[in-house]
Amino acid sequence: MSFWQFLQANWSELLLLVRQHIVLVFVSILVAVIIGVPTGIILTRYRVLRGPVLGIANVMQTIPSLALFGFLIPLPFIGGIGTRTALVALVLYSLLPIIRNTVTGILNVDPNVREAAVAMGMTGGQVLRQVELPLAMGVIVTGIRVATVIAVGVTTIAAAVGAGGLGVYIFRGLRQYDNNLLLAGALSAALLALAADSLLGLVERQFSFETKRSSIVRKLALAVAVVLVIGGVAFWLGRSTPSSESRIAVGSKDFTESALLAEIVAQMLEARGVSVERRFELGGNLPHEALVAGTLDIYPEYTGTSFTAILQHAPITDPRAVYDQVKQEYADRFKVAVSQPLGFENTFAILVRGEDARRLNLKTISNASTEAPRWRAGFGQDFMSRADGYPGFSKTYGLKFAAVREMDLSLTYIALSSRQVDLIAGNSTEGRIPTLDLFQLADDRRYFPPYEAVYIVRQDSLTRVPALQEVLAKLANAISTDEMRRLNYEIDGRKRDPKEVVKEWLKGKGF
Amino acid sequence: MGHQEAQKALPLVQFHNVTYSLPNATIISDLNLTVERGETLVLLGESGCGKTTTLKLINRLLTPSSGEVNVEGKSTTAWDPIELRRRIGYVIQEGGLFPHFTIARNVGLVPALMGWDDARKNERVREMLNLVGLDPDRFAERYPRELSGGQRQRVGVARALAADPPLLLLDEPFGALDPLTRASLQREFAELATRLDKTAVLVTHDVREAMILGQRIGLMHKGQLLLLESPERFRASDHPQARAYLETLDVNGGSS
Repeated sequence: MSFWQFLQANWSELLLLVRQHIVLVFVSILVAVIIGVPTGIILTRYRVLRGPVLGIANVMQTIPSLALFGFLIPLPFIGGIGTRTALVALVLYSLLPIIRNTVTGILNVDPNVREAAVAMGMTGGQVLRQVELPLAMGVIVTGIRVATVIAVGVTTIAAAVGAGGLGVYIFRGLRQYDNNLLLAGALSAALLALAADSLLGLVERQFSFETKRSSIVRKLALAVAVVLVIGGVAFWLGRSTPSSESRIAVGSKDFTESALLAEIVAQMLEARGVSVERRFELGGNLPHEALVAGTLDIYPEYTGTSFTAILQHAPITDPRAVYDQVKQEYADRFKVAVSQPLGFENTFAILVRGEDARRLNLKTISNASTEAPRWRAGFGQDFMSRADGYPGFSKTYGLKFAAVREMDLSLTYIALSSRQVDLIAGNSTEGRIPTLDLFQLADDRRYFPPYEAVYIVRQDSLTRVPALQEVLAKLANAISTDEMRRLNYEIDGRKRDPKEVVKEWLKGKGF
Repeated sequence: MGHQEAQKALPLVQFHNVTYSLPNATIISDLNLTVERGETLVLLGESGCGKTTTLKLINRLLTPSSGEVNVEGKSTTAWDPIELRRRIGYVIQEGGLFPHFTIARNVGLVPALMGWDDARKNERVREMLNLVGLDPDRFAERYPRELSGGQRQRVGVARALAADPPLLLLDEPFGALDPLTRASLQREFAELATRLDKTAVLVTHDVREAMILGQRIGLMHKGQLLLLESPERFRASDHPQARAYLETLDVNGGSS
């Protein structure tokens, strides 16, 4: 797909991200100005504070942004995952240039002018408001300009904590080795930075008294114009998601399969005249939190994840029991419904080469225990360390391998097919299982907890938008493991557009 | 000081044993000085002699380390500084005009601070600009950087006079001007001070300026007041510092 085609296909999503980006930058700079300018003024009055405060602001700026987000996530009130954390980090980054330029601007006011102001009988406040601030304004605006350009850059990292913005495209592009995504994200961010820079440059020139005559009225008009332009752009971009009674916000987690399942629901709803807001690729447990908070209506989840990660139960292996308990507790605790299972699981899949399975007539993991002593196994780091991973697995089936190699999960598939190892623990819906001719041994002793795919949906959304019930009813048991593998492969393996893949699949299904 | 018994009103400014020192230097030591109503008193001296410090002690930009400065019979430390300063016009080199204010707004500054209504203030601004020889219609809406140095200095004087203060302080007001402009501004100022019957304290290092403008000349050196005489008696003084100044006057050959 050419970059141009990519833009045409993803225009509305790109605009949404640009809007999120602008809002993040705008709000954080606004807050930074409200905090930073008064702080700068105080520092000009109390010389002893200047060193320590500027020092702290300086250190703030040298902390790498990902690390700063990391520090903030565990903190109460200002931390967590989402927009708030991103805003806190952005404000902290923006403070230094604003405080420093406020201090410099005020201290650089001609001492003769300041002395004259005091000698005329101006009070401290009058000197500040009528003389120091107006004369320092050019330098202060320069600080705001620098902070804004930095913030446009740092905001791309905000996607890592689920705050959205153009970083979503950049991170997704990196994950999927997709240059179109990378380019769209990076180019838009660069253009945004340039636009902010020149806009504020214009404001800055208006405040420079040495070069050009300008009246207060004109400066005010310009300031209003700038706010209107920013507001207008944000509003215009905002039109792409009009708010209406029947609108549904569909979320997903930050990997291909989750986004695919979310896209399926989104397109089915759109086909029924429901307007959909896509909020895909949210990190961690953010989709759950957003759903409970009411900013999401529906997202795809796995019963095992709900059971262990959200409801904090120890893993159990009966799929029915897990599903029933999740459904019951979600209704009681969150007023949230759980759909019928979609028909496949995304769990650890014990895989061998298809030819070995056929040659040795292997169907189950138990079948393989006799072969194990001659086999080398390759496992991802996750599987080696998890509670439901390797130690329990080898014990349950009495497996003793000739060698166990710990390696990157995505490399284990290649290692298996190229005979570097003989057995791996992959992902049951991995798209390469059929294409590399791998075979999944059945978990005959039910060691692995069930990770059945379901949709989590708000109860009030179901009553508000009846089409949602119809869609979920159709999707019950509608996706087999093989189908899910094929869909994943279309996107990860063949780099196709998820929307196209979903559209085709829906057509084939007659939904 | 032979006419004290004839004096009816209280002196406008009095220094009583005033010392002003910084942690590592004494700027003014044991200064006694009285500024009479209506006179123009010139403090003459080289850079660093303490003459500017003396001015700033009057409008409480500085306060004495010891001793007392009285303005209208009340110690500067007893005055509300804002009220005190609004009663004292202050003119510095280049005028100290606000670059972001128009000429009219600069001149109308103290009246505006004092809450005059617009009509009265605007009237006063026009009057002041006319007084210092600037056509209000041409200059009122301009900015300081659009004026020449001499014009800016005139605006500085107009600003200092706008609220009709009883006392004017001038710190080397004509120092940065070319000799021709300086001479004409000095003449005009002398005429203005007499006409408006203002009391003024003017600081300069230019003995010629002191002779033209001062009714009394105070010669300062290293923080002390050496002499305080009328121009005639100053000219006749045989104090070595005074003679050194007077000799520069003769070499320059500018005096009658």
